[in-house]
Order: sequence, then C-alpha cells, then structure tokens
Amino acid sequence: MSFINYSSREINCKIVYYGPGLCGKTTNLQYVYAKTAQEAKGKMISLATETERTLFFDFLPLSLGEIRGFKTRFHLYTVPGQVFYDASRKLILKGVDGVVFVADSQIERTEANLESVDNLRTNLAEQGYDLDKLPYVIQYNKRDLPNVATMEELQRLINPRGVPEFQAVAPTGVGVFDTLKAVAKLVLTELKKGA
Amino acid sequence: MNSGLVMYDEEFRQIAGICDRLTREAHAKVVFLVDKNGQLIASSGQAQNLDTTSLASLTAGNVAAMGGLAKLIGEKEFPTQFHEGEHESLHMSIVGGRVVLVVIFDASSSLGLVRLRVKRAGDDLAKIFETLAVKQSAPGAQSPFAEITDDDIDNLFSE
Repeated sequence: MSFINYSSREINCKIVYYGPGLCGKTTNLQYVYAKTAQEAKGKMISLATETERTLFFDFLPLSLGEIRGFKTRFHLYTVPGQVFYDASRKLILKGVDGVVFVADSQIERTEANLESVDNLRTNLAEQGYDLDKLPYVIQYNKRDLPNVATMEELQRLINPRGVPEFQAVAPTGVGVFDTLKAVAKLVLTELKKGA
Repeated sequence: MNSGLVMYDEEFRQIAGICDRLTREAHAKVVFLVDKNGQLIASSGQAQNLDTTSLASLTAGNVAAMGGLAKLIGEKEFPTQFHEGEHESLHMSIVGGRVVLVVIFDASSSLGLVRLRVKRAGDDLAKIFETLAVKQSAPGAQSPFAEITDDDIDNLFSE
C-alpha cells in the first residue's frame, strides 16, 4: 500500500523479496545496499539469527529520484525463507505494492521453489491480494552453480504466466538491479493505472 | 488494491501540531507517528539524531508481530505497548486501527503522564485520519499519478 504525502511531496512504496530459504533474498538487498550511493539509501536493517538466517525481515529504504516533483522512495523487505517462519512472512506481506520471487536455480531446490510460490499465493490471498494482479517479477538466482535446472524447466514450473524474469548471481550483482528496476517500474505503472 | 494512505497539507499540519503538543505535554523526547505498514508520517521533538525511517519500519514490524501474538491468544490486538529501558522508554499505541503513535521518554516524564496525554492525542489523531479516509475516497480525489506518463517512469530508470 503506497503512501503519498503531498506535504513532503513523497511517494513511498513497499517491495517484498520472497522465496525459499537460502535462495539469496538477503544477498540481493546487500548487493543493492553496497552499490547504491550514500544519499540514495538509508540504513539496512537485518533481523537475523546468530547464524545469519533471516529471523523476521531485512529492510532497506531507497530513494529513486523524482517524478513530477515527488520524491519516489522504495522500501525493500525480505521475508524469512525457512518454512516454519510462516507467521512472520504473512506479516511482512501487509501493505505490499510489488513482489520479487527469488528462485534458487539448483535442481535439488525445485520442490522448495514450488512450495514457496504456493505459499506466497496463499499468504497474499489471506491479505486480500491476488498474485496475478500484483506487480510481480521472478529472479532465477544462483545461475553460476553447476547443478542448475534449465531455464525452460524453471520457466515452465515457476513462471507459467510469463511475468518479467531475470537470471541472477546475487553475490556478484548479476541481474540484481535489473530485477529491482523491473518491479519498481511495474509498481509505478500500477499506481498510475489506479490514479 | 491501490488504497494506500494519502496525506494532504492541511491534515499534515494538524497532525504535526498534535505531535508537537504531545511532546510538550508528556515531556517526551520524541514523538512519531507511523503507518502500520512502516511508513513514517510525522515526527516531533529531538528526532534529528534518530534514524526515523528505521524506527518506523521496526515499529510496524513490532506492532505486526504483537498483533499476530494477540490473535493467537484470542485477542483482536494489543492497542498499547510499553517498553522500559535503563534510560529511555517507549510507549506505542494504535490509533484509529491504522497508525501507531510512538512516544520516547526518559526519567523527566513518567508512564502515567505519557498514557494520559497519549489518550487525548490519540482521539484527536483518530478524527483526522477519519477525515483523510473520507477525503481520499471522495470521487475526483486527485492523485499525483494521474498526470504521470510512461516516459516519466522510464526517465527515472534511464541513468
């Protein structure tokens, strides 16, 4: 749910990175944080366990620039990917404007990816959202690993609707900004449509 | 889906005025108001040295988590929360079901005083948010996005 402030001339939107455990959601945010100019970003917050697994969420505020005199700000969140943190995942989806699904391309994670997409759809529905109507992009992460599924296979399983999709290697930044730009653009286009 | 919060100048001034008054009357260090989704709406007091964006996001996360806990034990929500630190304490209350009023205070104030002042400020704020909701749903309510073109959006990503 966007927040349009006429007083400070700001538009704030919320983007959530979703996906199975260890697929690279936090790594996406860390890369964005590392490569964004100081004046365009706020502090990155990670609520993580001692072993650096996301416990509740990561949060990164970004400024993208101005549209017609309005500063556009995006708040990026990740969810905890581990299955048993489902209650927390639901909370983070509240008020979401756009979703990035980060898939783990490794063959052995196929089932985890599918389970996570299903979980995303269910949790969104509980908040009154329809995944098919929300700004939504998919990122196939870990494309540099040797045991990855083919793109055709991943597309068939995870992206039957053909939403924008990107191949990525999050630690080195491949595909990270392409993914973010695509979802941000969809969010703004959606706001324009709803205006 | 696109029923996000919209803030106008007039209401913003009223809200800022209430937050300023609360800061004074409750002897608070900082008062801030956060949308339940984690967007900062207003702040007052010694907020300059605080990372208010992070505060807003964590406040929303905390209220959401406590709301989840409330439901698990059969409560609708916990409308107020109090966290006492060694030097600073934090009081959070849900206003109008939609925003969270946060007061940070130290030993120069007390929980009793904060609760008392928050009650009145909360009632006043709730009325403003009702007005905002009506204004926003009124036919012909202008969104800044109405005039934005696809080119404007493309330009944002062109560099």
